[in-house]
Amino acid sequence: MHEYVLALIGGLMIGTAAVLLMAANGQIMGVSGIVKRLLPPVATDWHWRALFVLGVVLSPLIASIFTGELPVVTITNNPFVLLIAGLIVGVGTVMGNGCTSGHGVCGLPRLSIRSMVATGTFMLSAAITVFLVRHL
Amino acid sequence: MKNLSALFIGLLFGLGLVVSGMINPAKVLSFLDIFGAWDASLAFVMGGAVVVTFFGYRWIGRAGKPWFDIKFRFPTTTYIDNKLIIGAVLFGIGWGLVGLCPGPALAAFTVEPWALLVFLAGIAGGMILTNMFNTKQSL
Repeated sequence: MHEYVLALIGGLMIGTAAVLLMAANGQIMGVSGIVKRLLPPVATDWHWRALFVLGVVLSPLIASIFTGELPVVTITNNPFVLLIAGLIVGVGTVMGNGCTSGHGVCGLPRLSIRSMVATGTFMLSAAITVFLVRHL
Repeated sequence: MKNLSALFIGLLFGLGLVVSGMINPAKVLSFLDIFGAWDASLAFVMGGAVVVTFFGYRWIGRAGKPWFDIKFRFPTTTYIDNKLIIGAVLFGIGWGLVGLCPGPALAAFTVEPWALLVFLAGIAGGMILTNMFNTKQSL
């Protein structure tokens, strides 16, 4: 299938997951928020959060049952870059109260000005970072 | 049921990341590289997700409460402050350096465990540090 079609199907699945988490559990599907509350100070309702994370972690293995192979993940093997980038993502998502799923997938459809500003800002910041790394 | 539904929904979300290609940092970086050989396909991921959520949230709004809980917890914060902007800028830098945001980082773990262990440890460390700082400030 064409990659644009796959991207759209994947997007529809992600949107469906966001709708279901609100319909079933009354929660916003923001991954950084879900993960944050699994870390100290751990939230009292950590059980569903841990199981959501488990579902996400297991997803490539489930996918491989149908496709016969694990999805392609091409990532830098520089541990220094991985650690620093991870730290910045951790600090940034807690300060900004959300990431691509919380502000983007859940916030934009709610027409939240806060999420629109956050999404525009991190998309721009990410694009500038890639430009600086690749083209300068 | 609340826990079982979360497991199923996490799985559906993760499969969406796998099918769409969001799980692959190289692809995400090509999407973010708007001044290079731009791969626009991932715009359809956000586009598709936002359309479903837009109508889905309105459909949910007709129900009084969630299936397995007592109330809908939609965020109520509306102000825009420096913390939001600085946080978003920082998150964008980290996303642009590696090509993974938190959701895909969890999904990619079983495929590239060592790289993701380091990246996820960084995320956890950054979150815990910021949480500690926030708690101190609010005392």
